[in-house]
Amino acid sequence: MAIQPALHTTQLRRVFVFSLSVRLFHWINALSIFVLAVTGYLIGNPPALLTSQEAYQGYWFGITRFIHFIFAYIFLFNFVIRIYRLFFGNRFETWRNFIPSNKGFFREIWQVVRTDFLFTRGHLVSIGHNALAGISYLFLFILMILQIITGFGIYAAMSDAVIVDLFNWVVPIFGGDAATRLWHHIFMWGFVVFTLIHIYLVFYHDYVDGRGEVSSIFGGWKFVESDTMKEQDTTDYNK
Amino acid sequence: MMNIEVKTKKSRSVYDDAVEKGFNRRDFMKFCTTMAAFMGLSASGVTAVAKALEEKSRPAVIWMHFQECTCCSESFIRSSHPMVADLLLDNISLNYTETLQAPSGHAAEKSLHETMENHFGEYILLVEGSVPTGDMASCCCIGGKTAEQILNEVAEGAAAIVAWGSCASNGCVQAAKPNPTQATPIHKVIKNKTIIKVPGCPPIGEVMAGVIVHMLTFERLPELDSTGRPKAFYSRRVHDTCYRRPNYDAGLFVETFDDPNAKKGYCLYKVGCRGPVTYNACGVTRWNDGTSFPIQSGHGCIGCSEANYWDNGPFYSHLAEFPGFGIESNADKIGLAAAGITAAGLTAHAVITNIRKRKIIKEGVAEGKYGLEPKENESQEKTE
Ligand code: HEM
Ligand code: SF4
Repeated sequence: MAIQPALHTTQLRRVFVFSLSVRLFHWINALSIFVLAVTGYLIGNPPALLTSQEAYQGYWFGITRFIHFIFAYIFLFNFVIRIYRLFFGNRFETWRNFIPSNKGFFREIWQVVRTDFLFTRGHLVSIGHNALAGISYLFLFILMILQIITGFGIYAAMSDAVIVDLFNWVVPIFGGDAATRLWHHIFMWGFVVFTLIHIYLVFYHDYVDGRGEVSSIFGGWKFVESDTMKEQDTTDYNK
Repeated sequence: MMNIEVKTKKSRSVYDDAVEKGFNRRDFMKFCTTMAAFMGLSASGVTAVAKALEEKSRPAVIWMHFQECTCCSESFIRSSHPMVADLLLDNISLNYTETLQAPSGHAAEKSLHETMENHFGEYILLVEGSVPTGDMASCCCIGGKTAEQILNEVAEGAAAIVAWGSCASNGCVQAAKPNPTQATPIHKVIKNKTIIKVPGCPPIGEVMAGVIVHMLTFERLPELDSTGRPKAFYSRRVHDTCYRRPNYDAGLFVETFDDPNAKKGYCLYKVGCRGPVTYNACGVTRWNDGTSFPIQSGHGCIGCSEANYWDNGPFYSHLAEFPGFGIESNADKIGLAAAGITAAGLTAHAVITNIRKRKIIKEGVAEGKYGLEPKENESQEKTE
């Protein structure tokens, strides 16, 4: 089969997209979600590891819970820093990337749906997150908030720490500890589903677009077609 | 006026009655000490309790029974110290209580109304049972009135209102889905007054006595938590005072009820124990004169003092059924299914991508190999 010449000039320009603090947020967040999901699942479904022991001989369940609580704090504070960056980050990091605030955002969502899911030709004009990804991170942030409030809500019964007491209002809203805990468990699956889709789509874009999607979250650089940079002027909802 | 006359009439103290009943001073002091301990008072609190019961006249009490099974009353009259039943129930001016009062019919109604009038603003109202409302209000009628009407009437002149048990505090079994009688806990009927909630099915007798003695002694409501339960009895979870707790922390769990480890006292978490999500004093006060409590008898806590505990089932598994998905569903089954469907979708997408985007990818590969000059590309193509 004949190889077609490229249809557009793919002169790539290097753009610094993700600052160190957002990259750090990403990896700390990924690690804490992983650890919290694993320890949380173990708390909900403890395996029968030991039998015919006496209680004084072990403490593995206590340690599992302890790790869960340590990472709960890391998860929380890491998120707080990210929330700060939503207002004071660079233009690829602010809340405008996640909350649709004008028509361009919706146009871009439609464009992404066409190229990613309807498999039409075309190329992305976004530099940072594409608009659909932005929406998916909005869902993630909401899920994180829900998981933090339900988690600290049930934790309130076990701790007198000031931060934990800030969440005393949660349990009555969910209708008791049992229901709060159940929702906390259900939300875990939300993270599992998000992570599957997220990792897949990142690899997909890295593969199909070839703009350094994956490496951007390590080094912060993306490679953007020069003509996209021009188009971006007319479509950038982020200005 | 008639009611002023009655109000000023000197009535007897609890101690007067105790002496008359044949209790000696020692029994009385023991009772005061026990009560003070249950209420979490310090040593000086014993004197306060004794003094109050000696000197203060007994308050008038109205005890209403609506949609309930009377297990609260049962629990109360069986509380460990005999003086609880004898004094607080027999001898406090229990002016009206359907189950135990001597009069019936019009005589009982008369007694109720006299109390409401003569002690307006003074009597303690104890409510056992939930109240059917709306279209179903007529499901519980006494003396020709619905429970809702009666409750509204008696609540008006009450100095304090106590919701006995889970029915009155959160609706209990009759309010479980689908709640055919629209059973309603009393704090949702009486909205303008503080309701002391003493949940449990039934609540522990000593806890009930403790609440009453507290009000007698200090003439004010006990300290309540944000949902209206007395902190002295409901501030800790069963799990926090459970003697099996070391097994929980060590990860030693009963797998089934015929598991030999059940006998060894392993934690009942995996067979559905609701101790970690239930606020009650069972682990400390225990039942039947401190003899035992469910977990000690080898059965997990079912969370009977928690709102909606019937809807958070099944009782014998840790994970409740998934809301809205019916029995046999739980968060893990549904979550796993969701993850499976997602993974299948992504796999399909990956396959389609490799077919539909083949061209784009080939172009990219060619770009890398031959650069961007169309001419060069074409010449390379020919040689291929
Ligand atoms: C990605 C985030 C998180 C995930 C996936 C997660 C997952 C889970 C799961 C599945 C459970 C078991 C629930 C059950 O079946 O009983 C659990 C328990 C729990 N989680 Fe989380 N969790 C997360 C974050 C948090 C946070 C931020 C807190 C805040 C303190 C927290 C506090 C708790 C507490 C207190 C328990 C109950 C532990 C116990 O009583 O032993 N979690 N978590
Ligand atoms: S038996 Fe129940 S209350 Fe006791 S430690 Fe285990 S889970 Fe907690």
